[in-house]
Amino acid sequence: MPQGLLGIENLNREEIQAILDRSRDFQPRDDRSFGKSDLLRGRMVVNLFFEASTRTRTSFEIAAKRLGADAVSITAQASSVSKGESLVDTLNTLAAMRPDAIIMRHAASGAPHFLQRHLEIPIINAGDGTHEHPTQALLDARTILDRGAKLEGLRVAIIGDIAHSRVARSNVYLLSKYGADIVLCGPASLLPRELEKIAPGVTLTNTMEEAIQNADVIMMLRVQLERQHEASFPAGEYFQFYGLRLEHLRRAKPDVIVMHPGPINRGREISSEVADSQRSVILTQVQNGIAVRMAVLERVLTGANNHVTSH
Amino acid sequence: MSLLIKNGRVLDPASGHDAVADVWIEDGVLRGVGANLSAPGAKIFDATGLVVAPGFIDMHVHLREPGFEHAETIESGSRAAAAGGFTSICPMPNTAPVNDSATVTSYIVERARQHAVVNVFPIGAITKGSKGENLAEIGSMREAGIVAISDDGRPVMNARVMRRAMEFARSFGLPVIDHCEDLHLSAGGDMHEGLESVRLGLRGIPGCSEDVMVARDILLAEVTGVHYHVAHISSRHSVEMVAFAKARGLAVTAEATPHHLALADSDMLPYDSNYKMKPPLRCTHDVSAVVQGVVNGAIDAIATDHAPHPGSEKMQEFEQCPFGILGLETALGISLAQLVHPGKIGLKRLVELFTTGPAKILGLDRGTLAVGKPGDVTIFSTTQDWTYDVNKSFSKSRNSPYHRTTFRGGPIATVVAGKVVWTSES
Repeated sequence: MPQGLLGIENLNREEIQAILDRSRDFQPRDDRSFGKSDLLRGRMVVNLFFEASTRTRTSFEIAAKRLGADAVSITAQASSVSKGESLVDTLNTLAAMRPDAIIMRHAASGAPHFLQRHLEIPIINAGDGTHEHPTQALLDARTILDRGAKLEGLRVAIIGDIAHSRVARSNVYLLSKYGADIVLCGPASLLPRELEKIAPGVTLTNTMEEAIQNADVIMMLRVQLERQHEASFPAGEYFQFYGLRLEHLRRAKPDVIVMHPGPINRGREISSEVADSQRSVILTQVQNGIAVRMAVLERVLTGANNHVTSH
Repeated sequence: MSLLIKNGRVLDPASGHDAVADVWIEDGVLRGVGANLSAPGAKIFDATGLVVAPGFIDMHVHLREPGFEHAETIESGSRAAAAGGFTSICPMPNTAPVNDSATVTSYIVERARQHAVVNVFPIGAITKGSKGENLAEIGSMREAGIVAISDDGRPVMNARVMRRAMEFARSFGLPVIDHCEDLHLSAGGDMHEGLESVRLGLRGIPGCSEDVMVARDILLAEVTGVHYHVAHISSRHSVEMVAFAKARGLAVTAEATPHHLALADSDMLPYDSNYKMKPPLRCTHDVSAVVQGVVNGAIDAIATDHAPHPGSEKMQEFEQCPFGILGLETALGISLAQLVHPGKIGLKRLVELFTTGPAKILGLDRGTLAVGKPGDVTIFSTTQDWTYDVNKSFSKSRNSPYHRTTFRGGPIATVVAGKVVWTSES
């Protein structure tokens, strides 16, 4: 099977570390832009997005171009009746055009895993349903590390709609591999009890105060109204019990950082004051998204960055 | 026409016969079972080293005809049945049109008479169009040949309608079979709700969606006095409740599929739709409970829920794929591997599960090798290794998780009314 990037769960710590290390080379420095190179000149990647996502798609596109690769973006219609048939057909058609990698976002969990079994071209998962979003977890880890923190022993609170969050899953897998303490927090209807067994180091709580206590990192999740197949919580009181506000930060560690995968819903899961506060690293996350995706693209397309200088 | 099956281990749970003997069938009827029978002019089948059992009955299959002949037909499904050692099969009514009237029943019976190589005993719908609202023409379907009623995959959600159906079915001596699934609890689910579904990011079908319906139905069965049968039981609590109902003396029975005896959610190849069915593969505790139910008698029959879907429908994102897998050809191999080889049950009990068990539930005058009964015989091995190749399946579909699985023991020959309709060498 070609070496794409389908998820964090099946990566080992060394592989993750190699990507995180390499991404530093691509981070913007001294107000200048991202590093630019021709490492991938002549290579072509296809951004195949079956689900709307301006941010992630743009981030991958910039990452590819910064490395000198040609990037084509396609926003495909998630077709209706014989979906899979057209999904397989779409991918086969694309594959016949011989891109070097396909970056894929799809609303169905496992769609890239299913396709990878039938395709020779490596697939980079840019988010599959409610399953994984590996580059998000990598960029989050990069962002935490940039603060000088170590992942080992770190206490990370992830708060919100855990059940439907691919960001949460990928982050849990990654942080767990480094021995972090992960507190997942949300109403029980969005926090299946089985999550406790999903990876070592995970605990669950239904109260914000408990989650935030002693946390080094607070990750807020977007309330995925579009992923809710039914009313799992009364929308009207979500913010009251699970929205992050300044009063929470006052009770948190003074150097706690607040993260959010974006796009943020101000006043729904995070207050404007918090989003714009000194504690928020949301825009750093966006920057790191490009650096990490450059490292991922390099790794997938050249098999490189196991031999990278460490910092 | 005369057939003499020589020197097999003749295992007939109904009579308790279990010894090497010959079986003689003439003109479709069993004429004799005993040592050193002679039947001049009879075709001889040498069953030395093999088990000779009453013809297996699969009380839960989907033949897709009429309406979905691209997935299966009565003929192709019956050939797959024969290759699985089944001499009788009971197709569920979810065809197009739904088998909810004597007209459709008669059509199926007639098509089967012309094209099927095994006996076909249709199951009629409980409600018109299986919509859960108005009762189907149960009495006239009975006259046309149905042996039970069920809305199978579109279970009757309205308890009052179910109660009336049970009362009405009782008047005609028909068992009511329920695919137990609270559709509100299971809505949107693709696999068993548990650690695996959470890990894979797939929506769950909780065990309780089965349990609440089993509970409801058992209570209704007590009120109505109907013979109530749980289709493809898969959860621990449901098995316990059926055992409880039996202990109370209620006419409650249950069937289990081979895959629910064998596979748990953790055995799934991730996002491979050949592992997607309803009820879903549940957790290992549930699998153990289903096996235990077979051992202790809570479960009365093994039925395959053979559910063909063409490749184009199964080659999709997991959540888009239809539910169901093939089952006929692998049922015996899986059951031997899960139940007999590990010593959980003896061979006699296994044969019961495929013969007297379903025959009794459906009131079929079959499932035994008594003289005068229909000449349906299943000849199988418990020792010969064979490998399942789904691409050689008699089914028109290919959706099986058992492709390339090697089994110890399986069907060798299938005899329907004295005629050898399949052998492993054909």
